[in-house]
Amino acid sequence: MSSLKGKGWKELPIGAVIPIPATSMEYKTGNWRALKPVLDQNKCIKCLLCWVHCPEPAIIRHEDDSVSIDYDYCKGCGICSNVCPVKAITMVMEGE
Amino acid sequence: MRGRLIGLNGDTAVAYAVKQADVDVIAAYPITPQTIIVEKLSEFVNNGELNAAFVPVESEHSALSASVGAALTGARVFTATASQGLALMYEILWIASSLRATVVMALGNRAFSAPINIHCSHDDAYAARDTGWIEFFAENVQEAYDLTLQAFKVSEDKQVLLPSIVNLDGFILTHSLEGLYVLDDKDVREFLPPKEPVYPVDPEHPVTYGPLDLYDYYIEHKRQQAEAMRNSYSTILKVFEEYSEFTGRKYEPIKTYGIEDAEVAIAILGSSAGTARYVARKLRKEGKKVGVISFTLYRPFPASELRKLTRGLKALAVMDRSYSFGSPGAQLFMDIAATLFNEKERPLLFNIIYGLGGRDLKPEHVEYVFDKAFEVAETGETPESEIWIGVRE
Repeated sequence: MSSLKGKGWKELPIGAVIPIPATSMEYKTGNWRALKPVLDQNKCIKCLLCWVHCPEPAIIRHEDDSVSIDYDYCKGCGICSNVCPVKAITMVMEGE
Repeated sequence: MRGRLIGLNGDTAVAYAVKQADVDVIAAYPITPQTIIVEKLSEFVNNGELNAAFVPVESEHSALSASVGAALTGARVFTATASQGLALMYEILWIASSLRATVVMALGNRAFSAPINIHCSHDDAYAARDTGWIEFFAENVQEAYDLTLQAFKVSEDKQVLLPSIVNLDGFILTHSLEGLYVLDDKDVREFLPPKEPVYPVDPEHPVTYGPLDLYDYYIEHKRQQAEAMRNSYSTILKVFEEYSEFTGRKYEPIKTYGIEDAEVAIAILGSSAGTARYVARKLRKEGKKVGVISFTLYRPFPASELRKLTRGLKALAVMDRSYSFGSPGAQLFMDIAATLFNEKERPLLFNIIYGLGGRDLKPEHVEYVFDKAFEVAETGETPESEIWIGVRE
């Protein structure tokens, strides 16, 4: 079994057992989000405080310590925006 | 009748069956009137008569939690409780059945507090009725022994994989010494081979148990569990049949007396069925066409069986040893009313409350219930609400 995604009750393993690893990767929690963090790369000083504090973790750290946001998993908690010392991350309503 | 005739009380008979079932883990907390079961099992383990891990937990919540964990690793697991203990387990009852942990539990039926009481009501048995456990009711010590053995076989069947409760009336059965036939150990081994776990704990094949299961999967898992409970019925019939053939002791989901041509009948659970039949036999001699329906299997509720059995009846008195406050009737009454509602041919129903907290059900009480049933059958009028018997006004 490679994935449980979208399976019906006759196919799913009993007792909610998950017999394959890393299925949480398939679980895109990004659609829980109401507020979306938007990063202004021009303001970012690469301090990585957002990367340290993100509980998901949905801040992607690149080779040069620049960051971007993984919207597949970001739940929109706003911690990154809150800890950013240069106000490079603003929270905007989804869909705006 | 296969086996050796000996004398045991209900608790010891259950403990003896558990020892013969060769369980791997026992996690239980003693509570009256189930205490002897736990004491006996700890003795068996201590004496080396039973090679099992005995987990002396600090509460019933922990007893069932440990049992669930052990069952999921692939162990054969037993626990026992009563009344408040069951209430403390309540959260884990749902978890056990939902994770498909095949625990077998003896429930020494005892009234819920308050006021505190250690004697028989079926409050605890009824409290478990929605939780996804299979429930059996023993009428005597022999049945407590036999049903314990059969419960393991039913629960561990690949088509079922659900936990089971064996109910035995507190003190009336738990502490009464009766003659019963016990099987030889080798016969039990033949009837009940070792458990084969479906997802055993195996580092080579790791799995996740008990994950978060939200709106996108939860209902599928509940649908699955509903199917398992429904399917368990055919397994139960098969196991009953096999055990009946093996031992010469007949097991069926519903036991009946005189139902073939009865005009009125009593439906009842547990040890009181014997008292009801005693009175029914007496009334039969007087030419009164009375019958008794008692349930060896309570969950899954043997609905289609019951529909067939009640077709010729004019009135059926449903006797509950509990009370469901504010409900349209007590628990067995609601089960039976729902079962028969869509039938074209069905008896008039009325509800009797009896025996709470160990109050005796006397033959004259049963006689009164049969008289009342004849009155309902003749007048076509049912009492407006339940009738309490054996209670001081």
